[in-house]
Amino acid sequence: MSQAGAGFAEESKGTIKVAQLYPRDMNIYGDWGNALVLQRRIGWHGYTPELVEYNVGDEFPEDVDIIVGGGGQDSGQLVIQDDLQARAGVLKDLAEDGAPMLLICGLYQLFGRFFETRTGAVIPGIGVLDVETHGTDERLIGNVKVSTPEFGEVLGYENHSGQTTLGSGVRPLGTVPKGTGNNSSDGHEGARYRNIVASYLHGSLLPKNPAIADFLIRTAAERKYGTFVPGNPDDRYAELAREHAARRPR
Amino acid sequence: MPLLGYIQSMVFFSVPLGKLVRRVSRLRGGGSALPGLVVEKIDPGFMRRTLTTLPHGVAVVSGTNGKTTTTKMVVELLESQGLKVFTNRTGSNFTRGVAAALLGEVDWRGRLDADVAVLELDEAHAVHFVNSVPPRYCLLLNVLRDQLDRFGEIDKTAQLLQHIAAKTTGTVVLNREDPRVARIAETLTGQEVKYFGLDDSLLSTFPNDDDMRAAPGSPAPADLPEKPAADVVLRAVGADSAEFEYDGARVTTAMKLRGVYNIFNAAAALTLARSICGGGAADADHETLLQALSQVAPAFGRGESLTVDGQPLDLVLVKNPSGFRLGLKSFPAGGYATMIAINDNYADGRDMSWLWDVEFDSLREGGVDQLTGSRAYDMALRLQYDDVRIGAVDTEIAPALAAFIREAQGKPKRIFCTYTAMLAIRRELSKITRVEVVS
Ligand SMILES: [Zn+2]
Repeated sequence: MSQAGAGFAEESKGTIKVAQLYPRDMNIYGDWGNALVLQRRIGWHGYTPELVEYNVGDEFPEDVDIIVGGGGQDSGQLVIQDDLQARAGVLKDLAEDGAPMLLICGLYQLFGRFFETRTGAVIPGIGVLDVETHGTDERLIGNVKVSTPEFGEVLGYENHSGQTTLGSGVRPLGTVPKGTGNNSSDGHEGARYRNIVASYLHGSLLPKNPAIADFLIRTAAERKYGTFVPGNPDDRYAELAREHAARRPR
Repeated sequence: MPLLGYIQSMVFFSVPLGKLVRRVSRLRGGGSALPGLVVEKIDPGFMRRTLTTLPHGVAVVSGTNGKTTTTKMVVELLESQGLKVFTNRTGSNFTRGVAAALLGEVDWRGRLDADVAVLELDEAHAVHFVNSVPPRYCLLLNVLRDQLDRFGEIDKTAQLLQHIAAKTTGTVVLNREDPRVARIAETLTGQEVKYFGLDDSLLSTFPNDDDMRAAPGSPAPADLPEKPAADVVLRAVGADSAEFEYDGARVTTAMKLRGVYNIFNAAAALTLARSICGGGAADADHETLLQALSQVAPAFGRGESLTVDGQPLDLVLVKNPSGFRLGLKSFPAGGYATMIAINDNYADGRDMSWLWDVEFDSLREGGVDQLTGSRAYDMALRLQYDDVRIGAVDTEIAPALAAFIREAQGKPKRIFCTYTAMLAIRRELSKITRVEVVS
């Protein structure tokens, strides 16, 4: 199968820089897949991808175009907590300025206002998203189908015990015909704010939902270069993988 | 009846009853757990009494990967030393399964004719078991991402293993190279701790979940603590041999087992067997130990080599990212036709995220000839993003396997498969061709 609609031989339409947040401590259930998909698809659209990692204690990368962050063990969340607070300013500025971001699971929670654990301890978030999360004894696990106004049907897999409620400052990513999503009562999944897509879905999310990947890339290109000239990625396998995933049991 | 007399009478009551239930449920073609359940209910002390009075007590083997093969190795090593070993061979690795297996072995008075029990314990059930039957030895292999949709989180699995270690009364054998397992030593007070380890040169073939990151050039985590000395170290792995170091000397032995991770588990088994036999060279006969080790064949389904149409066909079980990475490293693709079969049934784990934690660069040169399984297209998508050529895709395993064998005629073949896909493939293989088991 041919990979690049717009071939690598053609002149690059420009560089798009992706920063992966805390890959050392917040990187489970295929979070790497999201970074890989952005890297490849930026190339398939005819741009030059640049992937940088940001870990605890690193200098924060300059001129970041897309931010992607994943989930982690409880221990991983503790390790990054102070560093994330120290970066709250730059991340908030980027978010308000319209930088596209993908935040999965653990970092979705920590970009919110706070996470209250089952024992009542409150872990402060960085307040980029108007959401709050409460730890529970119930683990929400299984295949998920989300109906979204912007990206059509979004498919993935959830595995979390934190339950997130949205404030008025954000809107949900979509509603949940299959699966649980943000919490066991509201019937919706994820959060949207400016150009941030936040979600509990692993899978990884982006491979089977190229519409979200391309939204992040388009937004980054428009923000940096004023326009986005798409390439022609071959999404036949993505479509077939979506069809089969949608039919699998919860 | 006074309590003591009541308990004593139970011994004579529950064992015959359990044996009877066992026979009846066999006649009905029933499962193995029912008789165990009956004995558990009426005589909860049965298992503890029977097992802890064995001369060498109980040894449990736990961890996410390789329990079955490792348990088998420990049993064969101990038998080579003339010990009578009770083990849960049925693969029924739960408390009731153990009780049921016991019932098949004990005499009518509830006595077990064995020197030691070596039990494979599922992490999910180990806690309940060790609370009622404290083991004298435990061997903790690894904490890998394995069907986390069932167990929750990696750290929780580590806590379960820690609990097994805490309940152990004698020797705890730990994997020095798995930080989550090695760290358990710090939490122990009374137990003797022994390690099995790897030569530094082999470390790169053993990613753990913390450094599974695929990005090239990603820096290693800083300040790793100094490693403790290991009782047995795997120094080198050849095509069908391995070099171990213990008691200050290096020994090379032939191996039937294939795959570096299986052979690393051989170091684990050797460490536990040496502990049970009393440790040093004086107590165990190392000629016979090594002889037994060289003869161990893999347990069902974990890296088997069959012969199909006069050509080797390797079945490699892959059930989590570390296992898949190890499989790709242990079985180089050169010269082989390759098929990958990914199912997402409950026993395989439903979450496909793990495929994105494996790099498939090593398959780029030869490509993958056939994909199958309920999540064949998830696999195809994964390979597309790693620039690996894909031959045919068919979610149905039977036609996919037939096509693979037909197209790859005259070539050695290798199939990477999840658990339920492997079961289906074996069933099909026995239908379409004469399957001769090589090892
Ligand atoms: Zn998660």
